[in-house]
Amino acid sequence: MSAGPLAQIQIRDRTGEGCVAENGFCPDWIAENLDKYWTPLLEHVYLTVVSVAIGFGIAFSLALLAHRRRWLTGPILGVTGALYTVPSIAAFFLLLPITGRGNTTAIVALVAYTLLILFRNITTGLRNVPPDAVDAARGMGMTPRQILWKVELPLAMPEILAGLRIALTTTIGLATLAFFAGGGGLGEQIYSEKAGTGGLFFKSNVVVAGSLAVALAAVSDLLVLAAQRLALPWRRTLRTA
Amino acid sequence: MSAILAQAGGDAMLGCEPAPADRGAFVDALDFIVSQRESISGGVCIGGPGELLDLGASHMLVSLVAVVAAIAIAVPAGLWLGHRGRGEFLAVSISNVGRAVPSLALLAFFIAFVGIGFTNVALVLTLLAIPPILTNTYVGVRQVDRESVDAARGVGMSEGQIVRRVELPLAIATIFSGIRTSAVAVVATATIAPLGNVQSLGNPILEPQTYGSAGQLGAAIVIALITLATDVGLGLVQRAATPKGLARTSYHTSERRKRLSTIPIPRRTQTP
Repeated sequence: MSAGPLAQIQIRDRTGEGCVAENGFCPDWIAENLDKYWTPLLEHVYLTVVSVAIGFGIAFSLALLAHRRRWLTGPILGVTGALYTVPSIAAFFLLLPITGRGNTTAIVALVAYTLLILFRNITTGLRNVPPDAVDAARGMGMTPRQILWKVELPLAMPEILAGLRIALTTTIGLATLAFFAGGGGLGEQIYSEKAGTGGLFFKSNVVVAGSLAVALAAVSDLLVLAAQRLALPWRRTLRTA
Repeated sequence: MSAILAQAGGDAMLGCEPAPADRGAFVDALDFIVSQRESISGGVCIGGPGELLDLGASHMLVSLVAVVAAIAIAVPAGLWLGHRGRGEFLAVSISNVGRAVPSLALLAFFIAFVGIGFTNVALVLTLLAIPPILTNTYVGVRQVDRESVDAARGVGMSEGQIVRRVELPLAIATIFSGIRTSAVAVVATATIAPLGNVQSLGNPILEPQTYGSAGQLGAAIVIALITLATDVGLGLVQRAATPKGLARTSYHTSERRKRLSTIPIPRRTQTP
């Protein structure tokens, strides 16, 4: 009597089809379909890297500007702060009529979100440079430009890279919603329909795509951390001393 | 029954008319906000202040429940950890993990494995709201001058009194900025609450087959405004809640802040 259902379960496990139809968590199905996560993952990386790179360029220029003209800091923080507060889904739909569906809309919105984080960290970094170091550099006859590039920016680097790490993890999280704007990414997999039945949220997809997004954030965080250790050797000696 | 009535009565019975075509996207969206219209699929009235108020009320209710629950959990925990000077690693890593987990993934995970409904959606939003409040409470308490704590101990205060009368008032500004961060994130994330079967202003966005692009854009405008209003409103509350004596002594606290600068203070975390 009891052999019937047991046998059924075994057959289902082997084929994996019953598992998918019941919206279970199906390791077999995942193993077979692993390659379908590759494109969304690459799209996700592309969205993140391009957005953070553009955002960094803009925030860096704004920070240098605000470094020269201090009174600009407040207004820039206000505007980037307001941009940052607008929810990303709302931002995607607000941009749709202007930039249309696709990567551009997603990237414009994601860039807007990196601005506050990066600008705030770059200005804080520049502001925390010890005045003595700047004085010493001036005393050695450095021009303001030399002081900026050879003294202030290297000393501000830890803060700047900390901002870059926050911007990267935040953007990776937000990019999961980029598919609303037609930008693709892992969110499309998370949101996707159950393989056969048409309901939302197929468990296997949710787990794999969600974990990939978290793993991507962790890996990019560690990469910047490693770059920081390589690029700023004096920090290491300072910390051990 | 209602279908028959609608057929018999036609548009007059429905009480609204299809939106005029050939208008700019933003004009159409604003019209969706201020007046009712027939849905894309027909037969139902959508949009207008009435429906948006209903959706907005549900949106704010689930957000409020989540933020209050997060405060009830994270503030006592942060006060305790901060007072004992323990769990720095915990406070920091919770905020880092919180930033790395996409809210859509967390909601999807809950819906797929736990189920839909008000409680589950509120639970997801609570989980999103805890990290900034916990970290800010912890950092706020650690920033309190140890001399003040020693002085309080010297005048005979118990540990509980020190937490309530010294550390909490001195940390309140930092705690409030964490609450503000969380509240903005929660109100923003409640946009995807309809995926868990909870009505919110995200309904028009997630059901284009009913609401059309005007509904999507109109809801996006309302959501953007409601989030900005939450941010500005809580900013005013934060200012009012800061003890008057503290508002001017920013120099004093900035010295301690520098020493604690290795702890990332998540002033504002962005989630959808």
